[in-house]
Amino acid sequence: MSRQFQYQDDVLIEKSFNWKQMARLFDYLKPYKGAVTRVVFVMMVFGMLTRLAVPYLMSLAIDKVIDPDRGNGSMGYLTIVFCVMLAMYGLRWWAQNYTIRHTNDIGQKVIYDLRSALFKHVQTLSFRFFDKRPAGSVLVRITNDVNALQDLLSNGVVNSVIDIAQLAGIVVILLVLQPKLALAVMITVPLLIFVSSSLRKRTRMAWQTVRIKQSRINSHLNEAIQGMRVTQAFSQEKENMRFFDNLNGSSVRSWNFASALNQLFGPVIEVTSAVGTLILLLYGTHLIQQEELTVGVLVAFITYVGNFWEPINRLGQMYSQLLISMSSAERIFEYMDEKPIVAEQEDARPLPDIKGRVQFDHVVFGYDPDRLALKNVSFDIKPGMTVALVGHTGSGKSTIVNLLCRFYDVNSGAVRIDGMDIREATLDSLRRQIGIVMQDTFIFSGSIRDNIRYGRPEASDAEVEAAARSVRAHDFIVKLPDGYDTQVQERGSALSMGQRQLLSFARALLADPRILIMDEATASIDTETEVRIQEALGTLLEHRTSFIVAHRLSTIRHADLILVLDHGVIVDQGNHEELMRRPGHYRNLIEAQYRFLSA
Amino acid sequence: MDIFRGLKQFFWPDKGFLTGSVLGLAVATAIGLVYPLLLRTLIDDMITPREFDGIMGLALLAVALIVVKAGFQYVHGFCGGRLGNRLAYRMRNASYDKLQKLSFSFYDQARTGDLMSRLTADIEGIRNFVGFGFAQLLNTMFLVLFGYGMMFYVDWPMALMMLGIIPIIGYTAIRFELQIHPIFRTIRIAISKLTTSVQENIMGVRTVKSYDSASYEYGKFDEGNTQYKENNLSIAGVWATYFPIIEFVASFSVALLLLVGGWRVIAGHMQLGDLVALNAMLGMIVAPLWTLGFQINNYTMSKAAGERLLELLNRHVDVQAPAHPILPKAERAGVIRYHDVTFRYPNHEHQPSALVNFDLTAAPGSVIGLLGGTGSGKSTVVQLLLRAYDVTSGAITLDGADIRQLDLSELRRRTAIVFQESFLFSTTIRENISYGRADATQEEIEQAAKLADAHGFIMELPGGYDTIVGERGMGLSGGQKQRIALARAFLIRPEVLVLDDSTSALDMETEHRIQLALRQVMKGRTVFIIAHRISSLRHADEIIVLDKGHAVQRGRHEELVRLPGLYRETYRTQFADRPDELGEESASGRKVSG
Repeated sequence: MSRQFQYQDDVLIEKSFNWKQMARLFDYLKPYKGAVTRVVFVMMVFGMLTRLAVPYLMSLAIDKVIDPDRGNGSMGYLTIVFCVMLAMYGLRWWAQNYTIRHTNDIGQKVIYDLRSALFKHVQTLSFRFFDKRPAGSVLVRITNDVNALQDLLSNGVVNSVIDIAQLAGIVVILLVLQPKLALAVMITVPLLIFVSSSLRKRTRMAWQTVRIKQSRINSHLNEAIQGMRVTQAFSQEKENMRFFDNLNGSSVRSWNFASALNQLFGPVIEVTSAVGTLILLLYGTHLIQQEELTVGVLVAFITYVGNFWEPINRLGQMYSQLLISMSSAERIFEYMDEKPIVAEQEDARPLPDIKGRVQFDHVVFGYDPDRLALKNVSFDIKPGMTVALVGHTGSGKSTIVNLLCRFYDVNSGAVRIDGMDIREATLDSLRRQIGIVMQDTFIFSGSIRDNIRYGRPEASDAEVEAAARSVRAHDFIVKLPDGYDTQVQERGSALSMGQRQLLSFARALLADPRILIMDEATASIDTETEVRIQEALGTLLEHRTSFIVAHRLSTIRHADLILVLDHGVIVDQGNHEELMRRPGHYRNLIEAQYRFLSA
Repeated sequence: MDIFRGLKQFFWPDKGFLTGSVLGLAVATAIGLVYPLLLRTLIDDMITPREFDGIMGLALLAVALIVVKAGFQYVHGFCGGRLGNRLAYRMRNASYDKLQKLSFSFYDQARTGDLMSRLTADIEGIRNFVGFGFAQLLNTMFLVLFGYGMMFYVDWPMALMMLGIIPIIGYTAIRFELQIHPIFRTIRIAISKLTTSVQENIMGVRTVKSYDSASYEYGKFDEGNTQYKENNLSIAGVWATYFPIIEFVASFSVALLLLVGGWRVIAGHMQLGDLVALNAMLGMIVAPLWTLGFQINNYTMSKAAGERLLELLNRHVDVQAPAHPILPKAERAGVIRYHDVTFRYPNHEHQPSALVNFDLTAAPGSVIGLLGGTGSGKSTVVQLLLRAYDVTSGAITLDGADIRQLDLSELRRRTAIVFQESFLFSTTIRENISYGRADATQEEIEQAAKLADAHGFIMELPGGYDTIVGERGMGLSGGQKQRIALARAFLIRPEVLVLDDSTSALDMETEHRIQLALRQVMKGRTVFIIAHRISSLRHADEIIVLDKGHAVQRGRHEELVRLPGLYRETYRTQFADRPDELGEESASGRKVSG
């Protein structure tokens, strides 16, 4: 039996075109309307006209001058044609330069705007949004999905307009030059469109399958590499190889199918257009016999018809790309339409400098509507107090912290700081004044120094070091190859968990918050280090209200107030001595600890 | 070409497809060049002399040529596609297998993103070049050769004149390539910057929000975003400079052909059909010349990609399975012995050894506790046992046999480790628990989960055991992840179980329940526990306190608390709030002093 890793796939899309999304996407082009118009104008006048005029000029040269039967052999005329052609080419040179520069300029700016807007919007979204989604899928939308629109929004729009114009131009010229032959040749156009669009549809589906398989491979590789230690420790290499071989094999099969279809494209178009060539040659020579066509015009026809398939082909590709791009656009707009659940109120005002009184007033909250994490919790903390939150996993300790930082909003009741409901305060004024040290320390790639400075980017090097010293992080930092300038990567994987926690301590200290929260922050620090941190904590906790969530009772016994939580309810509160004096949850917890020790 | 010799094993089995790809394209090109000759015949032999008898044959011949050409083109495309795909398949499998074999020391240094790009983008680059790029490069040469050959055949003075554009276009194309190549590299850097900033922003969303650093984060992001835009614009700038030049040169040559060729026709040196044919041939040659720069670029990029891939494939594997492993004895006692083991991390030559002269005997059924500060060597002790690394000197034996002589996967199957950071795969909880034993039944899985105190919360999840976790087990708390990781290890019922600080996120009561359960299950088997909490180590048969790679204290809990040293200090910090024992301690202290 082979193991099955499970990855979420995108779905194959073959639905009707969504004009609304398209219009929304093109809204991003609006600021550049003027530029788009100019580019299209330049290319139409100077680029396209030369392309349309040159074959005609050649036909003139052949018929009027070179053709041994009817030409006059005037070198002067030929030279004039040559000069006109050169002049046109010169203009075309300039026009192309202008077009390439400006289409890309527009496209890149639009992509930049779109990505910025998306990133900014995602920043405002609440934790609920991130809880539901793997980081990778959010990443892909901000990077790959936005990039997928790049071509559409730059070259795509401009080229399509030009292609359509060019097609129309060719049709008109052909009709003017020789209407009979023009109509005869254009009989093949519907055939060509029919053949290519049916083939293209199948190819598009095939490529989508390829992409889905490829992204599955990517997801698996990513996690296989990160989980390799587990794989090797459990001797699952062979099983993984088997799984990957399946994945890889099915990817190659879909590639084979898609590329076989894709490669069919050019040849099929060519064979179809051969019908046009046949008509052109047979009917063309017939018309020459009838004196209704000249050699020069026939040569011009051959050139024009050759130029005809190209824009048709490109427009078809463009349409395919549009469909694929629209699925990216849809994914982007899906995020744009997410509303932040924790939203700032219209009349939110900045929270004044926090003195430190924290009240929970009959707070009810649940991460899922049907499972409450906090049931009617009330407490009132005076400024400067150190509060310990105690209880089993899932008792609601971390939830209190999350609500205090307003990562989520209460279902009912209120959280107040210095008497002000935090929902009435602006988010940044609230969070700027709260520091939090988390269970899972996140280290950003960059130098150690930058990581400590994260909460206060303007802090000086001396301040950074002072903060590191007071949490005893300085010693290990200076032992690193480049000291404070050591670059850490990939979530700080080169550092031990204890070291990462020390860094986050320094980070919190440097930010100098008015309210400090430590969420099981010392779980992975060895006791020796912890002893030293305990000393530093004295300074850290001084003059500020602080909340400590910890499993180790030794870290919380000095708290001014201990809140004992059980299943979302405060079951007991008081300081260590008080709580130890009476029978209850806290004493049970403490005594259990010793029981475990001696059991 | 050494690179491609190194990669030969991946594409040579498909040399048939390689030949098909090259020949198909060459034949299609050759046929394409015949078409202008038909035009010449049409004009000079039929239209000018007004003899239209052969026109039907000529038209059908033209159509036939087009169809045959299309056929060969398809042969090229089909063979090239197959060749590339099968090549990619082989290379990807080989790289993946290699990744499975590389040791921990490799992963200590490796970056996921870098490895990913080798297995995706680099392989893609090689696929494109070997499948199509190579044939196209050859084809450009054919085309120029044949094309000019034909032109010389039609009218040599004109052909000679037209030769002049080759150096001009070739030079421009190569200049273009030289300018654009470095920008591509900067684009890759910008993309990776952008990706990192977004990725970290999302993964560290709690930190970002709690520090309210959205604007700082936006600054980081904007740097990458702006750089990406700017670099793309520089590429467009290079395009805008060179592309029109080349088009102008190509167009100029067409105009020149008309002027000079026209004059030669008028002067009677050649015929009108010759001129039309030359015009068509010129068009065919100019197009691929223009892409010469790309093709060269394609070649250099795939060479670099091949180099990176080969570097991975040829990487030395530090910990190798022995060629002739010692068969395990039928009677497995399970005695583990460390004989004077010293170890230094392979990539940290300048740093002191992580473990120095370490000795240990663990009888089956014993529980060994390891305590020590960050970097004291505790994790090293157990990782050496798994052969995550090989000892620098000394030896570790299992029932008297050096573990380096045992079959590697056999050794690892007999041991199970739960790491400090619990890694969950993106699949169901059931699959995660049964990771080490795919044949486990539902009951066995549930039993393991119950032992790890995980069954309760799993059943409360919406999908129970079928809940999909993933992306490092997102959606579960640290303690829940740890318990699933524990269940995974319990399920394989290892002879040796290693808990590397793997209960840190659990509260004491839960940990205690798990330990009690463990004592039942691991009866007669060996357990290594690394922990910071005294309560986790309390019942170990031997506790070893490590400091900077040296075993500084060893003994049972009761002995160690009575000795001055790291252990007692730790104990005091953690249990300072236990009045009676403290009293007893200070009483005994008083006794000593008094």
